[in-house]
Amino acid sequence: MNNPIIDDVEKKGLRQNPVFSIGDTIKVHVRIKEGDKERLQIFEGVVIARKHGGIRETVTVRKTSFGVGVERIFPLHATIIDHIDLIKRGRIRRAKLYYLRDLRGKAARIRELDTRAEKMAAKAAKAAKANNK
Amino acid sequence: MVNGIIGKKIGMTQVFAPDGTVTCVTVIKAGPCVVVQRKTASRDGYEAVQLGLVEDRTPKRVSKPLLGHFGQTDKAKARGKNPIPPTRILREFRLENSEDGTKVGDSVLVGQFTANDEIDVIGTTKGRGFAGFVKRHGFGGGRASHGSMFHRAPGSIGASAFPSRVIPGTRMAGHMGVARKTILNLQVVQVDVENNLLLVKGSIPGPKGGYVLIRKKK
Repeated sequence: MNNPIIDDVEKKGLRQNPVFSIGDTIKVHVRIKEGDKERLQIFEGVVIARKHGGIRETVTVRKTSFGVGVERIFPLHATIIDHIDLIKRGRIRRAKLYYLRDLRGKAARIRELDTRAEKMAAKAAKAAKANNK
Repeated sequence: MVNGIIGKKIGMTQVFAPDGTVTCVTVIKAGPCVVVQRKTASRDGYEAVQLGLVEDRTPKRVSKPLLGHFGQTDKAKARGKNPIPPTRILREFRLENSEDGTKVGDSVLVGQFTANDEIDVIGTTKGRGFAGFVKRHGFGGGRASHGSMFHRAPGSIGASAFPSRVIPGTRMAGHMGVARKTILNLQVVQVDVENNLLLVKGSIPGPKGGYVLIRKKK
């Protein structure tokens, strides 16, 4: 979609992020500067939206903190993001989970994606590789 | 030393700095340029060079007078002109002193700029057609609702019996855009000498693919 020259310019700034999609629970480790000390702040929640492309890509992460819904939008390729962990996959049927904003408690849960078959296949592939060696 | 270059606007993107700040940048494919003509004070009345922008696609049909200008015709060759492949765009840049060693056929590259340099970018703005007051001059316009009956109309354009005319230069609706515009003091964020790219902080005039002139801040 973009100009190939712009893609080339952006490529230098892109970070290696784990593969995750809407509905997954992720942990974002953000570098926070306090005075001259630096520490990591963790924000864990559900990915409810992914927007834009290339270096401008952002994710909206939502969590409930002391009964209050909190959303943070992270630019995926920002230098302040130290790393992102994928906690669990979610089974969802929408590209944007804005409906979660109107739900509370048990209703606001997302069913976990069944990844057992995937994991088994990955394990088998690994074992097969080891056997071949 | 030529203090400028011809470029082509590619588009905009952002650059993240290590401290977390984001800069919006315009990507310009600047050069490579070739000196097509050297103008001298003794012959032309001023010191300048005429640059041509070397592009992937060379123009297909070039008129014979232009071919002569590029030194391609037999007559020009007989007069000792160095043949240069024809370029689509030709622009002039002033030179500061007459002892400048720039010759016809020299290449002018983006390497003359470094990050944090301040530059001026000259381009042709996007055409807006016949634009109203609000868009063209930033007038406020009237209220949208509450029965105002005055929305985007100009209002009064002058006084009554005296002077019985409209003062020349009164801002009115009319053609907007497609005008040469200079943006001063833009900061160079990155220079990619290998790919002839210049990343400039902020926006520059014109559409993507538009030609711009880049010169060092005066």
